[in-house]
Amino acid sequence: MSLLEHDNLLFQGADWDFSLIQRIHDAVEKIGVGEMGLNVYPNQIEVITAEQMLDAYASIGMPLFYKHWSFGKRFALHEASYRQGFMGLAYEIVINSNPCISYIMEENSATMQTLVIAHAAFGHNHFFKNNYLFQEWTDADGILDYLEFAKGYITRCEERYGHAAVERVLDAAHALMSHGVHRYPRKKRPNLRSEERREKERHLHLEQTFNDLWRTVPTKGAASKPQLSDERRRALLELPQENLLYFLEKSAPRLQPWQREILRIVRQIAQYFYPQRQTKVMNEGCATYCHYRIMTRLHETGQITDGAFLEFLQSHTNVTRQPEYDDPHYGGINPYALGFGMMQDIERICTKPTAEDREWFPEIAGSGNTMAVLRDVWANYRDESFISQYLSPHLMRQWRMFHLVDDPDQPELRIEAIHDERGYRRLRRSLSRHYDVGWSDPDIQVIDVDLAGDRRLILHHHVLNRTLLHKDDAQRVLQMVANLWGYAVVLKEVEPATGAIFQEHVAHPHETLF
Amino acid sequence: MYIIDRRLNPGGKSLANRQRFLRRAKAQIQRAVRQTAGDRDITDLERGGEITIPADGVREPSFRRSGEGGVNDHILPGNKRFVEGDTINRPPGGGGGGSAGGDNGEGEDDFRFALTRDEFLDLFLDDLELPDLAKRRVATVETQGFRRAGYTVTGSPVNLALLRSMRNALSRRIAMRRPKPEELLRLEEEIDRLEKQEGSSEQLTALRQELEQLKLRTKRFPYIDPLDLRYRRFEPVSRPVAQAVMFCLMDVSGSMTEHMKDLAKRFYMLLYIFLTRRYKHVEIVFIRHTHEAKEVDEETFFNSPETGGTVVSSALREMQRIVEERYSPDSWNIYAAQASDGDNSPNDGSTSAALLRDVILPVCQYYAYLEVGSDSDRMQTGFINHKTSLWQTYETLQEQGANLAMRKVNHRREIYPVFRELFRRRDAEAGARVP
Repeated sequence: MSLLEHDNLLFQGADWDFSLIQRIHDAVEKIGVGEMGLNVYPNQIEVITAEQMLDAYASIGMPLFYKHWSFGKRFALHEASYRQGFMGLAYEIVINSNPCISYIMEENSATMQTLVIAHAAFGHNHFFKNNYLFQEWTDADGILDYLEFAKGYITRCEERYGHAAVERVLDAAHALMSHGVHRYPRKKRPNLRSEERREKERHLHLEQTFNDLWRTVPTKGAASKPQLSDERRRALLELPQENLLYFLEKSAPRLQPWQREILRIVRQIAQYFYPQRQTKVMNEGCATYCHYRIMTRLHETGQITDGAFLEFLQSHTNVTRQPEYDDPHYGGINPYALGFGMMQDIERICTKPTAEDREWFPEIAGSGNTMAVLRDVWANYRDESFISQYLSPHLMRQWRMFHLVDDPDQPELRIEAIHDERGYRRLRRSLSRHYDVGWSDPDIQVIDVDLAGDRRLILHHHVLNRTLLHKDDAQRVLQMVANLWGYAVVLKEVEPATGAIFQEHVAHPHETLF
Repeated sequence: MYIIDRRLNPGGKSLANRQRFLRRAKAQIQRAVRQTAGDRDITDLERGGEITIPADGVREPSFRRSGEGGVNDHILPGNKRFVEGDTINRPPGGGGGGSAGGDNGEGEDDFRFALTRDEFLDLFLDDLELPDLAKRRVATVETQGFRRAGYTVTGSPVNLALLRSMRNALSRRIAMRRPKPEELLRLEEEIDRLEKQEGSSEQLTALRQELEQLKLRTKRFPYIDPLDLRYRRFEPVSRPVAQAVMFCLMDVSGSMTEHMKDLAKRFYMLLYIFLTRRYKHVEIVFIRHTHEAKEVDEETFFNSPETGGTVVSSALREMQRIVEERYSPDSWNIYAAQASDGDNSPNDGSTSAALLRDVILPVCQYYAYLEVGSDSDRMQTGFINHKTSLWQTYETLQEQGANLAMRKVNHRREIYPVFRELFRRRDAEAGARVP
């Protein structure tokens, strides 16, 4: 080893201190931003202990969160399995905020800290900042302030209205969280910073316009109200509406303002996390690809030792391991493995394309500029579209993928497609559908309200693939919807093509709850 | 780039969430704790530990698909021998292909997690209460103590509140315009200067007069005056006694088998844990007796064999002596638990009864008598077919209105229910009795 190389070394051995973290960050930044052209939020790296990591786990990784028993449950669960050694902790948690906060564990070795910084503080960070879904749906500048506001607001509600009342609203809101997101862009972009101000304004407006005299003004007979047409009524209520939380917040007749605000808070948070669910493969693929490139470059330029590089490779291969379907460890497709595999595959297509690649990916094959292609991919796709666009025959062969169909009407399972010329496109289509949230989440919409009659709320579940809702859970959630709505709620499971109703659930509100 | 060290931030950020969770699942957790306690060795009881509750009570429902019906697709890696169109027999149990089909979260298991020692005991003893008698006594049995209560103008020098006194002096000096030393000094220097210059005598006289006046004023308003002094005031308060002594009385004559002693030991342990939760400081006195009683240490109490007859009053007398010697009822809460197989020498009954009624019970918060039977003695709990001589003695006492709890226990598993029964919260009764 030459003297020069030795001078280059960032560290030797496993120990680290804060100045070393700074040097590692700078070295990683030089490669990540300088060579790979990553575009990242400023980084904030926070060193935490294992216990704090467990804390962070319990509150979905966020540094501050309102209080709810379900987080306590999650904590107890993680703690139990951690203490018994069933579960290791993640090396890092990264938050989509500006500045981008990465938590790193104190017990990581220097190599692991390098890996974590490359992975989270550059890989994930770049993805958060550039992917269109995050741009569209999340507000990295405002999220921490908004969480602070949410936490304070819910604490004040608890003081004012009691733990039990707040807990009931939160329980119901959490149950509807997966149906509390807007799936299509609306007119305005969300701006979480203004949320707190807007809540105050709403409150002030109510107080200012309050006039007790209105109560005493004699009302006209109900008959004089114009009869709205069905169309008009639905349009006024913005029906059909698939964002159940939004609908309840805006239209539930019997909720108090603070209860609406809690629904709103949960809805905003659900919306904030919505992109993450849709980009699991890409996000991890991006981060894993980045750390792999960066670590390799660090090693090539002699900034980390061979030993450190081997340590890195060991944990890298652990993370990107994909057991085969008949392996006892098989637990579905590993998003790290698939993401990393596809990113590397794109690199291969860009630099060393085969005739097949040129046929399948004429735009990028042989373009030579891997990073430009990848940056474009990271910015403009989500898992579903990414896979349906970029899963190559080469990778399908390499993974030896096959498509198995389990049709309950057939006596046997059938192999629908394998990794051959006939199967590539079908395989790719089926796999990408697995990552389509619209396909995996049940499609439930508010269809109508019987305003003239008993104010019954009518929900439809558009049944896909003849799969009904989990009955017990559906009944429980429906009960919560009824409590929020204040009147009876009916949920019909409808076949969209024929309009046939498979099943109907009904729930009546508990009068005592709200 | 910023690096922030969060390691020193206060931990336990999830504590509030944990409390909410425990409150939410209280009923189930409590049931689980009871169950665990039944299985566990009593010595382990204090340790806290892992419990399992049914996942149903803390379920977070959501609209989700049932995973049944419809066509299931699986994309699996690692094809080795299949070609398109192959069929495979459905694996038994309907697991689909590989484990991919089964992970829909369908079969939620029970929920396992660990409680800390404090949480465990809180839940374990949650609806237990020291009996009414004790409550009444605890309220009255108090020690005198002192508490700070503002300031006073009189008092002993040790209680002098220096800061307060000096502050008063300062404000008085300012209010009275007592000349400052610098002022006097300046004036004197001025006079000195004029004297040396031999300036106008008029000015000098005026200055001298002023100095004279200021000096007079200084004398008239002293630096510190008795008026300024303040003393810390203490107020006598009575504090409820926060210490307890627990007397364990046991018959160790030949008729007590190991099994019976084990039962007694378990009961004492429970009582001890219970008392330590209620009192800051708990002492235990072990008294064993045959025909004569002796105070012993724990080891001897439970383990060393002894032979002889059985005279219960000897133990009561020993207890009386110890109470008089060391544990004045004014400052100690006294609890006693007696375990015996029920034998007593025939001529001792009335002595014991009188001793208990006149001496022991009045000083005790609570007196429990636990009659231990042999394991083979399979009577239903609570029904005493043939009453032992001691039982008869105590029963008469109880009928006369003495506050005395008695139970009979044959098997280890009955200990806990009996204990709970003895210390069950008697809210309803207590409420009825309050005038």
